[in-house]
Amino acid sequence: MASTTLAAPGTASRPAPNDDKRWRQVEVRMRRLGHRPDGLIEVLHTTQELFGYLDDDALLFVAESLGVPPSKVYGVATFYSHFSLKPQGLHTCVVCTGTACYINGASALLSAIDSALGVKAGATTPDGRVSVLKARCLGACSMAPAVVIDGEVRGKVQAQGLVSTLEAL
Amino acid sequence: MSSTGAPAPNGSTEASARRRKQGEPLLPQGPARASANVCQAAGCLSLGSDRLFEAICERVQAKELKDVAVRRVGCLGLCAAGPLVAVPEQGRLFDYVAAEGPDGPARVVAALESGPYEPGTPEGGRQVDQDPFFAHQVKVVLERCGAIDPESLEDYLASGGYEALVKAVTEMSRDEVISEVVNSGLRGRGGAGYPTGLKWRTVAKSSGPDGKFVVCNADEGDPGAFMDRSVLESCPQQVLEGMAIAGYAVRAERGFVYVRAEYPLAVKRLTSAIRQAEREGYLGREIAGTQFNFSVEVRIGAGAFVCGEETALIASIQGGRGSPRPRPPYPAAAGLWGSPTLINNVETLANIPSVISRGSSWLSGTGTEHSKGTKVFALAGAVVNTGLIEVPMGLSLRQIVFDIGGGLPSGRHFKAVQTGGPSGGCIPEELLDMPVDYETLSKAGSIMGSGGMIVMDDKTCMVDVAKFFMDFCREESCGKCLPCRAGTEEMYRLLDRICRGEATRSQLAQLESLAQMVRATSLCGLGQGAPNPIFSTLRYFRDEYLAHIDDHICPAGVCEMAPELVTTGHHAGGEK
Repeated sequence: MASTTLAAPGTASRPAPNDDKRWRQVEVRMRRLGHRPDGLIEVLHTTQELFGYLDDDALLFVAESLGVPPSKVYGVATFYSHFSLKPQGLHTCVVCTGTACYINGASALLSAIDSALGVKAGATTPDGRVSVLKARCLGACSMAPAVVIDGEVRGKVQAQGLVSTLEAL
Repeated sequence: MSSTGAPAPNGSTEASARRRKQGEPLLPQGPARASANVCQAAGCLSLGSDRLFEAICERVQAKELKDVAVRRVGCLGLCAAGPLVAVPEQGRLFDYVAAEGPDGPARVVAALESGPYEPGTPEGGRQVDQDPFFAHQVKVVLERCGAIDPESLEDYLASGGYEALVKAVTEMSRDEVISEVVNSGLRGRGGAGYPTGLKWRTVAKSSGPDGKFVVCNADEGDPGAFMDRSVLESCPQQVLEGMAIAGYAVRAERGFVYVRAEYPLAVKRLTSAIRQAEREGYLGREIAGTQFNFSVEVRIGAGAFVCGEETALIASIQGGRGSPRPRPPYPAAAGLWGSPTLINNVETLANIPSVISRGSSWLSGTGTEHSKGTKVFALAGAVVNTGLIEVPMGLSLRQIVFDIGGGLPSGRHFKAVQTGGPSGGCIPEELLDMPVDYETLSKAGSIMGSGGMIVMDDKTCMVDVAKFFMDFCREESCGKCLPCRAGTEEMYRLLDRICRGEATRSQLAQLESLAQMVRATSLCGLGQGAPNPIFSTLRYFRDEYLAHIDDHICPAGVCEMAPELVTTGHHAGGEK
């Protein structure tokens, strides 16, 4: 297998999948990285930040622009748990399941969310309002159990309070 | 005074109050008589310490306290009792300072006005030098954590920052720098404890056509560990200085910091620190007027635990899947793009400036015979004082948990302390007096690991803990080698059966032999270490396994037995 790190950089001239202005920001990021194949993860981060998730068009566009085979781009996007190939809900609730949170009741939080909103970790409510995710460890162990709701870390969370917060979003 | 960027002096008029932009520190024109250092690390921030900072500033301005400073600082350590505000001139620390409402800021400002610590006064706070949480600690890595503004290069320089780098590149040869690190006895703080100086020497001797690299491993993936996050959030310049010294010593001109995506604040502060250091010539070309060039880039992980393994980390920085590869060749010979690469952990690198500026004997004067210096731990779980601590190597676990940690919350009883994350182990009560160093921990069946330390009480089931870590490892296994990919899955299934009371003693034996096999044959540290939680819990808590298997009882009351076992009641059990 040829090493992709030795492959020639892709070309900047690939047309974007559509005229969405956000593609220009992705292109700027790729240019800053010199369209080098090793910038793949950085570019996927930027793309997901802008679009919320990575669809087939995005993966193909990045693959062609960086000169990386689509199979490798797909392989990388599915290897890392941070990347999502499906759209996320309007709000996200990340429940930390690190050791300190686990022994302080993270599983109880997840089952409370499941029984109140009918959604398990890794899924989105049918109305697309809330996505529930699990994190391996947020490093907020001193405030266990911790959750992140729309980017804001909350510590010493209790099931009841969490459910009301999510229902009020 | 211009309003562009420079902090506004404490003025009395409304105009000057308006001139201070949000987030800017409030600094007096002369030396400060007293300062309020408001913790802005992730823990306190989540409790509103950014709003608290603004409220204290407003109150100081309204009261026209002209010789008082208000700063945003990094982690003050006692995360359990946030938001925290320190007044270093008076040696006190205010805990649980309410961010909302006037009471919290008023307490702090009253102290700034009133002067020395007076125990028993309403604004008293904790007296740091008398407080057991702080009194047993020795701060080397965390020296500046909570003392300086993490986003201010000026603060870092004022506290002696970059003196070590300038000394190294202008007064010392590369060999001298490496010898200092070798003589200090510093060992890798990421987990394995490999002698840092030896690693540097190996990389220094290797050569590659495309130069060499220094990588800072900040992929702190162990659940229950937040030391590296705190260091990067509290004093990113110290890590960059360590990297630059390493770069000089091994003749590398490029460095990468590989940080977890879960640490956005650390990424932000690190990125800003790199920009500031470049602007002032501490990174970039011709550092300190010499021929030495060194630049640093940040690479953000994407949620894969295995990327903490050095060959997987290299694959990830190169934009690929984080799959490890067999070693040798070690990264010191063939790392990033095949070039010799020095990979050190955040805490290891944060030790370097002190080793250079104070000399190797200063570091080797602390610690035990084979474990020199200090170690930062993230203390969490069933303990009163959760937080970030730094202790000399060789302190006993009992001192850490009961003196510094303040013991367990009332009514709960100590069962074990878990160190080393998913590759580590659980240490029981009878071993609490053992000194914490690399060898002793490993003899006890655990590892030093990166520094996560989780206290577990009698409400924790040790079989469930082993299952928790196995669940972690099976999900995080990269899938490249069979023993880890299938072995972790099968060990998890067996542990799950034990937890539900469905397993037999022969299945327990099967679990043990499978664990031996996975440890012996896995490709990288993830698989080799995955069985450790099983070994250590079996070694010290075998009776809990047997209670699940023979009596279908979870002594801690955590595991739910399979329904058919619950209805039939006590089961004879035994071998099948």
